[in-house]
Amino acid sequence: MANLKTNLAGIKSPNPFWLASAPPTNSGYQIMKAFDAGWGGAVWKTLGVPVVNVSSRYGAVNHRDNRMVGFNNIELITDRPLADNLREIEEVKKRFPDHAVIASLMVETKEEWHQIVKDVENAGSDGIELNFGCPHGMCERGMGSAVGQEPKVLKTIVSWVKEVAKVPVIVKLTPNISDITRPGLAAVEGGGDAISLINTIQSIVGVDIDKFVPYPIVDGKSTNGGYCGPAVKPIALNMLKNCAQHPGINIPISGIGGVENWRDAVEFILLGATSVQVCTAVMHYGFGIIRELVSGLERYMDEKGFQTLDDFRGKALPNIMHWEDLNLKYKVVANINKDKCIGCQLCYTACEDGAHQAIGLSGDMTDRKPFIIEENCVGCNLCSLVCPVEDCISMDRKDDGKETLTWKDRTLAGNIPTTFNDPLAGGLHHWVPQPEEALTKAKPKHYSL
Amino acid sequence: MSEYKAPKSEKDFEENFSQIKPLMSDSEAYYESSRCLFCYDAPCVTACPTGIDIPLFIRQINTDNSLGAAKTIYDSNTFGYACGKVCPTEVLCEGACVYNHQDVKPIEIGRLQSFATGKAIEKNHKIYTTGKPNGKKVAIIGAGPAGISCACDLRMYGCEVDVYEAKDQPSGLTVYGVAPYKITNKEALDEMVYLEKQFGYKVHYRKPILNKADLENLEKKYDAIFIGIGLGSTSSLNINGENLENCIGATEFVEELRMKHHKVSVPAKVIVLGGGNTAMDAASESARMGSEKVILAYRRSKEAMGAYEFEYDLAKGVGVKGMFNVSPVEILGNGKVEGVKFIRTQDVNGKLENIAGSEFTEACDWVIKATGQSKQVELLKLISGMELDGKGRILVDPKTFVTKNPKYFAAGDAVSGGQEVVNAVADGRRAAKGIMDSIMK
Ligand SMILES: Cc1cc2nc3c(=O)[nH]c(=O)nc-3n(C[C@H](O)[C@H](O)[C@H](O)COP(=O)(O)OP(=O)(O)OC[C@H]3O[C@@H](n4cnc5c(N)ncnc54)[C@H](O)[C@@H]3O)c2cc1C
Ligand SMILES: Cc1cc2nc3c(=O)[nH]c(=O)nc-3n(C[C@H](O)[C@H](O)[C@H](O)COP(=O)(O)O)c2cc1C
Ligand code: SF4
Ligand code: SF4
Ligand code: SF4
Repeated sequence: MANLKTNLAGIKSPNPFWLASAPPTNSGYQIMKAFDAGWGGAVWKTLGVPVVNVSSRYGAVNHRDNRMVGFNNIELITDRPLADNLREIEEVKKRFPDHAVIASLMVETKEEWHQIVKDVENAGSDGIELNFGCPHGMCERGMGSAVGQEPKVLKTIVSWVKEVAKVPVIVKLTPNISDITRPGLAAVEGGGDAISLINTIQSIVGVDIDKFVPYPIVDGKSTNGGYCGPAVKPIALNMLKNCAQHPGINIPISGIGGVENWRDAVEFILLGATSVQVCTAVMHYGFGIIRELVSGLERYMDEKGFQTLDDFRGKALPNIMHWEDLNLKYKVVANINKDKCIGCQLCYTACEDGAHQAIGLSGDMTDRKPFIIEENCVGCNLCSLVCPVEDCISMDRKDDGKETLTWKDRTLAGNIPTTFNDPLAGGLHHWVPQPEEALTKAKPKHYSL
Repeated sequence: MSEYKAPKSEKDFEENFSQIKPLMSDSEAYYESSRCLFCYDAPCVTACPTGIDIPLFIRQINTDNSLGAAKTIYDSNTFGYACGKVCPTEVLCEGACVYNHQDVKPIEIGRLQSFATGKAIEKNHKIYTTGKPNGKKVAIIGAGPAGISCACDLRMYGCEVDVYEAKDQPSGLTVYGVAPYKITNKEALDEMVYLEKQFGYKVHYRKPILNKADLENLEKKYDAIFIGIGLGSTSSLNINGENLENCIGATEFVEELRMKHHKVSVPAKVIVLGGGNTAMDAASESARMGSEKVILAYRRSKEAMGAYEFEYDLAKGVGVKGMFNVSPVEILGNGKVEGVKFIRTQDVNGKLENIAGSEFTEACDWVIKATGQSKQVELLKLISGMELDGKGRILVDPKTFVTKNPKYFAAGDAVSGGQEVVNAVADGRRAAKGIMDSIMK
């Protein structure tokens, strides 16, 4: 049976699923409810200096009928009194001693940092997370991402905290920076025990095209917010991999950004995350999603024969190389399974207009199933991605697998192409129709404007 | 036993004849439009007789541009709203949707179509500006789908158009013939008001064209004449007892039903004769009007019925009983219908033969004949040069829809012998083009 127990730099929890510091962790009431539902840990909504919030705070990106595939907010840190939060941390810890309660903090001066660290430790926090990520409202006051974007400042503050902290300190990084490993390294240098990433990405989620104001609208005006939810997962995964692969960043990582189901969680763990944190998915569906997360993860681990999370943590990292290390001899070609094909011709138009004109049509209205023009297929995958039928277009291997040749090999051998007459380049490898052919190519009758 | 009680009020009637393709809410339209794959050279478009750019209008609905969607639809189909509700989509666009090959429910194209056009009608959204007057005048006989769609296009070309209609409402069988659970009278007529306002043709109601004098009058006044008169009354079976009271024609029954709703009363036992879609409709309608026992009697086998499978399913679904391989010999009764004498039939090498000695009698209070409609041959014969085929259908050039008399054009059921609203619309519009090419020469 899979064992989901998690230990991030000494912070222990029954499973790797933590609530990220956000509205779902606003109060002891919510966190108790979450633990009762099965969540393993919770990062308390960021405590710090007094703030107030505006009304109308969130915006969303919907994709067709999928709501909130992306989500943005212009909220600040907690607006509840510190004393109330401290008392509630204590209550939660008393009731749920084995669950992880991590206090997220954001203050300004060294004295303030020292004081608040002591306060949350006294209340029973198992760990501390430093919020260097908030991309709006707080950075204007020299906190949040204003710190996260300045590795030197970040390092200094981490070391202030470490001067007094007895519990592990997690440094939460902002993605609003070109190289995430720089603040990652600064966190290590400052003495941080772990990092977590990503916080929200600076964004404008959409514009009201009747009122000419972006969302969310506050009395006719708006401001940039922080983006999160399923849409940001790819960015989070990439930043996670950059930190996890960096030899200097040798502390555990809590992965955040777009986790909604067990598969997302597995992906984060395969790229090196020790725990995962979730915000938007809970804001969308409530704490109940934990049942699916746990059950999916357990089934996956049982199926793969993984006993603990350590058995597969980081397992995908060795397979991420630089482009120059990829095998140029590897060749795949699209193949349509005619039994599965439903004749939508999306692959045709995608390849025809958006790739390499490597898919043909019979021209016979009764046979709508396209065919691959193999010699022109560059193996880009586009058709297989747009095909609405599962496993209908496969990318079949054509080389014999015996040869490996990378760009790096070619560079070292002094064999990089100097013209486009390379067997792999567009000059020789695949043909391109003449421009004028576009105008005589058959098109559906109703396609004119 | 019928599951329907005879409707006593308009409300009862509406319940018994609740729409099988009800209008979508905004949310339903949004979700359903989200599912469309936006196929390339989509097969649903090819399957639509009017060739509506279906993926485009569905995408327009999905991006909150229903009025744009309505334009896409009306650009191809003048009866966009009505067709969304009455078309046999199962065998047209929806039947061709690629999802069928994946065992996934096809996109509800018809309902989406009515959703978008319904928005335009509700807002009285003006899409078209008619063409600059070209000095030509065209008369249209019959305000059905063929006539009205032809009229709209002629107005776009700049012709002056007068429509002569025998009855007192437009849309032809859309309001007088189609089953009431497919479209309500109000829906059919609202679209007509919407079109008339935009296109500005003139309809003269209760003005049937009946005789030589009427025709000559038109020939004098107009540059061209379009015939969109559809079919005539139910044809005779040529068996004894047909003239008994309560032996009625299906189209006449449906027309009365559509006009009088709950005020029509249908007796306990009804026998419907026929195996086409009209027979299915008449049987379904009788059952929904509270008739306790409705028998659908067809000469040939179930498989040989001309009706669409889904139409038969619809009838079965409301309790209609099918009786196959039975041919009516005589309608029995004394003044009024009391029953039908049938003889059993069998298929012998593709030929239908009566089985000698197999006669039997089935009691009933009504007989509804759904055994085809006659053509208005008498009227058509008054037109010089006009030629009809053996079944009384007007012969036209398939491209221009000109008849053998170059001043007359024709389309719709009068030419096809009875198809669907969508076919009449498609051909009425092609005829408009034919008329233009001819009169502007
Ligand atoms: C019972 C029944 C159910 C049907 N159900 C469906 C359905 O569900 N879906 C579908 O798509 N199709 C259905 N149809 C077929 C469809 O209604 C017709 O194909 C379509 O209406 C044909 O259009 P049209 O313009 O040719 O003729 P019609 O709709 O018949 O219109 C002809 C018009 O001309 C008028 N007219 C006739 N003679 C004269 C004259 N001498 N002078 C002036 N005016 C005249 C008539 O009053 C009428 O208004 C059904 C038909 C029937 C009979
Ligand atoms: C409304 C809202 C408020 C947030 N507040 C905080 C905060 O106070 N402190 C913090 O560290 N992160 C905060 N975040 C960022 C989340 O913790 C998390 O990093 C981000 O939402 C990405 O995860 P997700 O894709 O699961 O939502 C907030 C996010 C949202 C949506
Ligand atoms: S893999 Fe790319 S190039 Fe090959 S057929 Fe598919 S879309 Fe075209
Ligand atoms: S996208 Fe897939 S289903 Fe559609 S035509 Fe291409 S292979 Fe067939
Ligand atoms: S066939 Fe179906 S999925 Fe494809 S465009 Fe038409 S309605 Fe959409």
